Amino acid sequence: MPEIGFCNKFMEMSLFKAREIIKKYQGKEGVLITILQEIQDVYGFLPKDTLEIVAQERSIPPATLFGIVTFYSQFKLSPCGEHIIKVCHGTACHVTGAERITEAIVGMLNIKEGETTSDSKFTLEKVACLGCCSLAPCIMIDDKVYGKLTADKAKRVIKRIAHDAEKG
Amino acid sequence: MSKIEEIRVGLNSCGIAAGGNEVYNALKEETKKRKLSIRLKSVGCIGMCYSEPLVDVIQDGKAVTYGMVKPKLVADIIEAHLGKREKKETVEKFIVKGDDIRTKEDSFFDKQVKIVLRNCGIIDPDDIDEYISRDGYKAIEKVIGELTQEKVIEMIQESGLRGRGGAGFPTGIKWDLARASKDGKKFIVCNGDEGDPGAFMDRSTLEGDPHSVIEGMLIGAFAIGACEGYIYVRAEYPLAVKRLRNAIKKSKKYGFLGKNILGTKFSFDINIIEGAGAFVCGEETALMASIEGKRGMPRTRPPYPAVSGLWGYPTNINNVETWANIPFIILHGPSSFNQYGKDRSKGTKVFSLAGKIVRGGLVEVPMGITLREVIFDVGGGILGDKKFKAAQLGGPSGGCIPESLIDTPVDYESITKTGAIMGSGGMVVMDEETCMVDVARFFLSFTQDESCGKCTFCRVGSKRMLEILTRITEGKGKEGDIETLEKLSQEIKSGSLCGLGQTAPNPVLTTIRYFRDEYEEHIKNKKCPAHKCRSLITYSIDSDKCTGCGRCKIVCPVGAVTGEPKKMHTIDSEKCSRCGFCRDACNFDAIKVE
Repeated sequence: MPEIGFCNKFMEMSLFKAREIIKKYQGKEGVLITILQEIQDVYGFLPKDTLEIVAQERSIPPATLFGIVTFYSQFKLSPCGEHIIKVCHGTACHVTGAERITEAIVGMLNIKEGETTSDSKFTLEKVACLGCCSLAPCIMIDDKVYGKLTADKAKRVIKRIAHDAEKG
Repeated sequence: MSKIEEIRVGLNSCGIAAGGNEVYNALKEETKKRKLSIRLKSVGCIGMCYSEPLVDVIQDGKAVTYGMVKPKLVADIIEAHLGKREKKETVEKFIVKGDDIRTKEDSFFDKQVKIVLRNCGIIDPDDIDEYISRDGYKAIEKVIGELTQEKVIEMIQESGLRGRGGAGFPTGIKWDLARASKDGKKFIVCNGDEGDPGAFMDRSTLEGDPHSVIEGMLIGAFAIGACEGYIYVRAEYPLAVKRLRNAIKKSKKYGFLGKNILGTKFSFDINIIEGAGAFVCGEETALMASIEGKRGMPRTRPPYPAVSGLWGYPTNINNVETWANIPFIILHGPSSFNQYGKDRSKGTKVFSLAGKIVRGGLVEVPMGITLREVIFDVGGGILGDKKFKAAQLGGPSGGCIPESLIDTPVDYESITKTGAIMGSGGMVVMDEETCMVDVARFFLSFTQDESCGKCTFCRVGSKRMLEILTRITEGKGKEGDIETLEKLSQEIKSGSLCGLGQTAPNPVLTTIRYFRDEYEEHIKNKKCPAHKCRSLITYSIDSDKCTGCGRCKIVCPVGAVTGEPKKMHTIDSEKCSRCGFCRDACNFDAIKVE
């Protein structure tokens, strides 16, 4: 059976969850970013339909909302892979070889920065700094940080995650 | 044999990444198996990130700290403390610190003074009772019970505390402005949007001692008359957010937050906002726009936030480290704080030491100490016997301080004189293998990417500067490039509205100032003295050293290495992508870079 991608999962959930999140914050100020973050947590990205509901319910012109969404690097308008690999490109990681970690992953997964593998398993991202500078160079996969990497170690970590995912 | 009272495992992000959770679980198993009633607790960062995972064993009121602990070692540590002599010998070499033992790591702590980090690595950040047992929430009790708004502000002014976020504005004066604003509604904001690459002080403080920040905000709220507060934390710090949420919940339960605090009329509540990844939101007006749910773009000041901040109400913003200092100053008096430091820079400063340094970690030193002391005494010097080249302070807004100025004292004015800034505390150490032109290009690509686009000079000027720098690192530099960079830098500085633009050229200006010859070498001779810029270097194999083992051939991603087994290999310069994987893989130091 083919893998169920994020788009299909999203269709299943429809827009119910998004409406629920918006309702939770009804009447409150200073929560727009939080609402968008929660929606992205559920769907993995910000589907166009959910943004339309946010614009309507929060009385924000759609163009303004689009401006806000695209301003912040956290928000994504297209689906991501199951695991997000964030390669830290902070100062400490830069001087200890972050570029080579990226190169190794690019070579291994055959995708460029910002792209997702064809099997929707991994998305590769470049981030400014993970704040784990004493472990440089480091990467974050989902919410876990892997530090003191070499090109080889980074590849091993990813291989293990791919392997675990297949098994489990 | 006396009983082991407590075992602590450092479980900040860095400890967890180094395998702290596995060690914690092994300890849990082991104590359960042996039916030992030992208090096992997770604590924040003690600062020695370089030897994570760390385990403290407390016996007879004395602590022994073990570094680089693997789960396998856990049973040995416990047995050693239970009296098994042969195990003592096994675990001895892992001891990095002890109340009764001198180790070679002691120099890491000797020059440090812990005020902000007073509880980090000692208390369980998720346990409010532990914070209270170390005089936590006593300062707010003192404030509410004995002091007036004016008196609190006077104490902060007298302490000489200046904003630790980078700009160094006197905190007491800022508070007084907000207090004087006549408005029914006021806000307190904690800026935890630690976006500087190379900085992790705020993450460590929030993860290790969230209550100290909450208590500081409470005191600030009392002093200016605010009833609501926001903590703006980067979304990249999930653990800090989790621990903060828990801390807020607990302090509400204990009556320190919420309505009628400690039975008085004073009410204050805190909300957490997770930043969505925009460096410019570290600027106070941009941060407030972001909380309001807008694009995080800075606006002109005045009006300052103290007059018109969040939703137009008077607002006082300080960063995490500033807030964490407050309870200490109130409780122990201004003189306990300003006994450290010199001239107009009082107290301590937290730095995150990283880069090519032996002891990378979190340190808190008294102001006035020299950079040499921080890097060589506390930080243990440069990794791998390489030569020190520069220390980068203040992230993308700061600059590189060269070896000739390494005796500069750490205080706001002296650091500014070098062309760098104190900044929030990121200190990245660079050795002779770091190319300064590449470093300047790196920071500029960051600020160019993060520029919000409002001011033309910042938006377009940084892009043009980046193009020039990229060209230089690619060996296409032209005569006059340095002068153009200097001219553009001055224009961006004077033509930008906010701190991001005004300081963005600093890394370029300081590297030109101190490493001009390196720029000229790139431009005129098309050489990178540090062998870093790929277009300017070639890889080759030393025929005397090559054994023909073939490791380089295996790791080369582009198939540039050729050679028969046990015969000398060669690198095809045309195909070579200069990634350096072969150099890492070679066991015989046979790969040359020129």
